[in-house]
Amino acid sequence: MTAEFPTTTQHAGEIEPGHSLWQDAWYRLRKNKMAVIGAIFIALLTLASFLAPLIAPNSYEKIDLALAASPPSHAHWLGTDSLGRDLLSRILYGGRISLSVGLAATLVSVIIGVLYGAISGYLGGRVDVVLMRIVDIIYSLPFVIFVILITVVFGRNIILLFMAIGAVSWLDMARIVRGQVMSLKKQEFIEAARSLGLRKRRIILRHMIPNVMGTVVIYSTLIVPSVMLLEAFLSFLGLGVQAPMSSWGTLINDGAKSVEEYPWLLIFPSLFFSTTLFSLNFLGDGLRDALDVRSSKD
Amino acid sequence: MRFEFSTLWLRRLPFCLGALAMLSFFPGCTKRQTLVEAGDHDQILHIGNGTEPQELDPDIVTGVQEYHIIMSLLEGLVTEDPVDLHPVPGVAERWDISPDRKVYTFHLRANAKWSNGDPVTAQDFWESYKRILTPSLGSEYSYMHFVVKNAEAYNTGKITDFSQVGYKVIDDHTLQITLNNSTPYFLSLLTHQSWYPVNIRTVAKYGDPYLRGNKWTRPGHYVGNGAFVLAKWRVNDVIEVRKSPTNWDRDRVRLNAIRFYPIDNEDTEERAFRAGQLHITETLPLSKIDYYKANYPGLLKIGPYLGTYFYRVNVTKPPLNDKRVRKALAMAIDRGSIVTNVMKGGQLPAYNLVPPGTAGYTSRTHLEENIAEAKRLLAEAGYPGGKGLPTIELLYNTSEAHRTIAEAIQQMWRTRLGVNAQLVNQEWKVYLDSQRTLNYQVCRGSWIGDYVDPNSFLDMWLTGGGNNETGWSNPEYDRLIAQAAATADPAGRLEVFQKAEAILMDEMPEIPIYFYTRVYLKRPEVKGWYPTLLDNHPYKYVYLESEKK
Amino acid sequence: MLRFIFKRVLEAIPVLLIVATLTFLLLKIMPGGPFDTEKVTTPEIKKQIESYYGLDKPVWKQYVDYMDRLIFHGDLGPSYKYFGWSVNELLAGSLPISLELGCYGLAFALVFGLIAGIIASLRKNTAGDYVPMSIATLGICIPSFVTGPLLILLFALKLRWFNTSGWYFPRDRVLPAITLGLYYMAYISRLTRGGMLEILNQDFIRTARAKGASEWRVIWKHSLRGGLLSVVSFLGPAISGIITGSLVVETIFQIPGAARFFVMAAFNLDGPMLMGTTLVFAVLIIVMNLLVDIAQVWLNPRLRFEE
Repeated sequence: MTAEFPTTTQHAGEIEPGHSLWQDAWYRLRKNKMAVIGAIFIALLTLASFLAPLIAPNSYEKIDLALAASPPSHAHWLGTDSLGRDLLSRILYGGRISLSVGLAATLVSVIIGVLYGAISGYLGGRVDVVLMRIVDIIYSLPFVIFVILITVVFGRNIILLFMAIGAVSWLDMARIVRGQVMSLKKQEFIEAARSLGLRKRRIILRHMIPNVMGTVVIYSTLIVPSVMLLEAFLSFLGLGVQAPMSSWGTLINDGAKSVEEYPWLLIFPSLFFSTTLFSLNFLGDGLRDALDVRSSKD
Repeated sequence: MRFEFSTLWLRRLPFCLGALAMLSFFPGCTKRQTLVEAGDHDQILHIGNGTEPQELDPDIVTGVQEYHIIMSLLEGLVTEDPVDLHPVPGVAERWDISPDRKVYTFHLRANAKWSNGDPVTAQDFWESYKRILTPSLGSEYSYMHFVVKNAEAYNTGKITDFSQVGYKVIDDHTLQITLNNSTPYFLSLLTHQSWYPVNIRTVAKYGDPYLRGNKWTRPGHYVGNGAFVLAKWRVNDVIEVRKSPTNWDRDRVRLNAIRFYPIDNEDTEERAFRAGQLHITETLPLSKIDYYKANYPGLLKIGPYLGTYFYRVNVTKPPLNDKRVRKALAMAIDRGSIVTNVMKGGQLPAYNLVPPGTAGYTSRTHLEENIAEAKRLLAEAGYPGGKGLPTIELLYNTSEAHRTIAEAIQQMWRTRLGVNAQLVNQEWKVYLDSQRTLNYQVCRGSWIGDYVDPNSFLDMWLTGGGNNETGWSNPEYDRLIAQAAATADPAGRLEVFQKAEAILMDEMPEIPIYFYTRVYLKRPEVKGWYPTLLDNHPYKYVYLESEKK
Repeated sequence: MLRFIFKRVLEAIPVLLIVATLTFLLLKIMPGGPFDTEKVTTPEIKKQIESYYGLDKPVWKQYVDYMDRLIFHGDLGPSYKYFGWSVNELLAGSLPISLELGCYGLAFALVFGLIAGIIASLRKNTAGDYVPMSIATLGICIPSFVTGPLLILLFALKLRWFNTSGWYFPRDRVLPAITLGLYYMAYISRLTRGGMLEILNQDFIRTARAKGASEWRVIWKHSLRGGLLSVVSFLGPAISGIITGSLVVETIFQIPGAARFFVMAAFNLDGPMLMGTTLVFAVLIIVMNLLVDIAQVWLNPRLRFEE
C-alpha cells in the first residue's frame, strides 16, 4: 500500500503535517474504486448531455416516417424510434432533461430541507415540535399522488415538474439536517458565537449550515436517483415532459412497450439511465464511507 | 447438548420452509389449461373491454365500453342483423309505417319476457322513454329521442306533461311512436342503447327512478330482457353475464357466459391475449400491428368503423379565425403517410368529414393536399412563409397514437409551411373541459357515428350545437341541415347533405385526418362475429367452435 | 408500551383531520366534476347532476356535510367517475387486494433482502459479496415498469409458468410481488449488509468466535438483532414507497387494487375517490409507522428509556 502521507516511521523526528477532515475524506474516496468510476461516468454523461446540441448527430425531433423503428445502423448508431427519429440524439437530449430535472429538483429539495431542518433544529423547543409534526404529517401522505394531481391539473410544465418533485423529496433531508444541527448546537464554537451576541439568523446561516454541508452533499447524491426514478414514474403514467421533447423516463417507457419488436428502444435508454443511477449510488456510498469517520464498513 | 440439538433444526427450518414455498409456486410439469381453452370447451367467451364501465344503466351512460356490456343485457324494439346491422325484429316482431313515414306502430311479441319472468309490454317502453327524457335524470343521450314529437320540449322542461310526447301505448303489445319528420334512419336509431327498455318496477325498488345513484344495476338486482343476465360485477376486475333462461330467443343463444375484462392498458391486454386469457381484445398497440401482420395475420382483425378522426379548430380567435389559415393547415398534412406509417391499421385518409358510403352517401367534396396552394393561402392571409404567424397550440389527450400523429403533423407544418406548433398534452377530463370551454387553438377530436347516416356527423356543427365546440356558426349550414331533416325523398336528402358538407369543408372548422378502422385481435374459434360498421356484435349469434378436434 | 401506543393514536387523530381538510380544499380547487363526458350535456342536465352531488351548496356547507358524513358515518361519498358506486364499496373490494399485494412484496423484499445481505456481509469483499450487491443495486436502478414487463415476457409468455395479468389464482401473486419488492429487496440487502458489518467487526463477535461458537450462532443469536435495526427503521419509508410502487404494479398486472383507484382518481379528477383513498392510505401509513416504531423499541431496548 503506497502511503501518500508521510508516516512517523519514515520521517522520524519531523512533525507530521496534519490532515484536515476533508483531506482524509478525499484520500479515502480516491481509494474507493467504484466511487471513482461512478464519478467519472457521471461527469462524462453530464458533459455529453449538456453538450448535446453540439455533438448529437441529428435533431432529436426530425421525423422521418420512412425510417420508422429501424435497428442500429451506420447512419443511426442506436437505431430510430417509431417516427424515425435518431435514438442517440434523443437519448443525449433526453439526458439533458433528466439530469436537469434531477439536479434542479434535488436543489429545490436541498434548499427547503436544509433551511427547514436547520431552523427547526436550532430553535428547538415548541417551534421544533411543530415543524417536525408537520414533517410527520406530510410523511404520512402518499405525496406522489399530489404531484400527479398538480401535473394533471396545471399541465406539463418542466419547471412545475421539478418543483413538484423537489417539494416531495425534502423530508428526509430536513430530518437529517435537524439531527446534525441539534448535535452541533452543543458545540463550543456555537456557544462562543452566541455569547458574542450574533443574531440567530447569522448563526444558522453562517455557522450551522456550512458545517452540515458534508452530510448534505452525501444525501444529495442519494436524492438525485430517487428524483430521477420519480420522473420516470411520472412518464410511465403519461405525465412526463411534453412531446416532442424526451427524457430518459419517457424513452424508457416507450421502449418498454415495444420491447419485443424493437428492443433497442428499451435497451439503450435503460443503459444510460441505469448507469447514471448506479454511478450516483456508488458515488454516494463512497462519499458516505469517506466522510463518515465512524463507519467501519471496511 | 439438547439445546444444541434443537437449535440445529431451528436453524435449518427457515431454509426448508423457504424451499417448500418456492416449490409450491413452481409450476412443475403440469400443462395448464388456458382460460381460452377452458372457455372454448364451456362456451364462455372472454373479451377485453377497455376501461371499467361507469354504470350499466342504459339511460345514463354514453361510452362504448358500457354499451358493449349493456347490449348483452337488454334488447330494444328492434335489433341488428349480425352481418350488416340492418334492423331486424327484436322485442317488436313487426311494425307498420304510415305513408308519410312519421308514425310507426310496433307490435310486440307475446313471449318477450324480463329476466324475472314479467312479460315485456308496451307500457315498459313508454316508461323507459319517459325516464330517459326526464330532465332530473340528466341523461346525456336524451337527444337521440329528439326526432320524436315534443321529446326535446319535454327534455328541456318546456312541457311537463309526458302524454304530449309522441309515444302512445295502444295496448299491452302495441306501441305507437310519432316523429317530427320522416326520418329514414329511424329504425337504425332504435337499435341504440338509448332506446332500450328498463324494468321500471325494479328501478323503483332501489331508489328514485328519475334520479341517479340508484343501485338497481347491481348483480342480483339487475332485471333485463336481453340474451344474458348480469351474474358478477367486480370493479376493475371482471363483469360476467350468463345466458338468460327467459329471453324469447334463447334457443338461438349458444354461449353460456361472457366475461368482460376492463383492461385499460393496451400492452397488458395484448399480452393477456397472447397468454391465452382473452378471445378478443378491444384494441392493439400500434407497435404490434406489423408483428401480427407478419406472423399471425389470422388473428389480426381490421374492420370498418364509422368514425372520423379530425382536429377541431377554435375559430373565435385570431389567427385561426381566418379560414385561409385553416385551409392552409389542412392542405399541408400528408394523410397518406400518417395512415401508412403511423397508424398502420388500414385506415383511410380523410379528405372530408363523413365516411364514404355512409347509408349510400359519398361526399363529392374532396380536400386537396396541395402544398403550393397552402402556401399561397397562408401568404394571402398575411403570413407569407409562415412569418408573423404566432405559435399554434396543438392539444391532444394522453395516448401514444394521438401523440405520434401530433408530432408528425407538427413536423409537417413546420417543414412545409414554416408554421410552428407547440404540442400540449392533457388528461382526458381536463382535455374535455378545455375543448368545451374553447380553451384551445387546435385540438384533436373524433366522432363515431351513433347511427348509420350522414346526419350523425353533420348535425353536430350546428350553431351552438353541444358537440360543435369550435365556435363555428353558419346560418346557411343550419338551414340546410334542417332542410335535410324535413326532406322525405332519400336522394334529395343526400343532395342537401352534399351542399352542407361543401360549406363545412370550405370553412374548415374541423380538419379531417383519417377514417377509423377497428383494429383488434380475435381468436379463430370465435364464430358469428362479423366486422360491422358500428362495431356492434349481437352476442346471441356468437359462439365458440374449436378448430382442432 | 401501552401509553406509548395510546399517545401515538391520540396524535394521529388531528393529523387525519388535517389530511381530510386539505384534500377537501384541494378538491375544491381542482377543475372538473362528475359530468364531463365526450357527448356534451345541456345546462339543465348539468344543474341536475350538480344538485345530486350537493355541489350547488355553499362551500362551507359542503365541508360540514362532508366531515359529518366522514366522522359519524364513515361514509366517503359517491364516486364521481363510477357513479353507481360509493367510494366505500369500491375501497372495500380493492383494499384487501392491495394489502395482500403489499404484504407479499414486502415479504419478498425482506426474506431475500435479508438473506442476500447476510451472505454478503459474511463473505465480504469476495464474489459472494459483489455479486449479490451488484444485483441488488440493479434493483434500485431499473424502474419497476421495466422489470415488470420483462418478467412477464420471460416467465409468463415464453415459459408459460404464469398468467400475464389478473389476480385470480394463487400463482398470480408471484410476479407482481417480485416486481414490487425488487427495489426494496435491494435496499434491504444493502442495509442488512451494512448493519451486519458494523456488528461483525466488534470485539464481542471475535470473542464469540474464539470461544468456538458456530457461525450460525454468531449470526442468529448475536449479529442479527443489530443488523435488523437499520432495516426496521427503513421499513417506515419502505411501506410508503410500496404503496406508490403498487400503482405501477397494479397497472401493469391489471390487479384490481386500491392503488389503481388512487391513480385513476387523480386522472379522472374524481374528488371523493381521491379524498377517500388519501385518507385510507394515510391511516395505513400511520398505523404501519406505529408498528415499525414498536418493533424498533422491541429490538433496541435502549430506546425504551429515551423519550
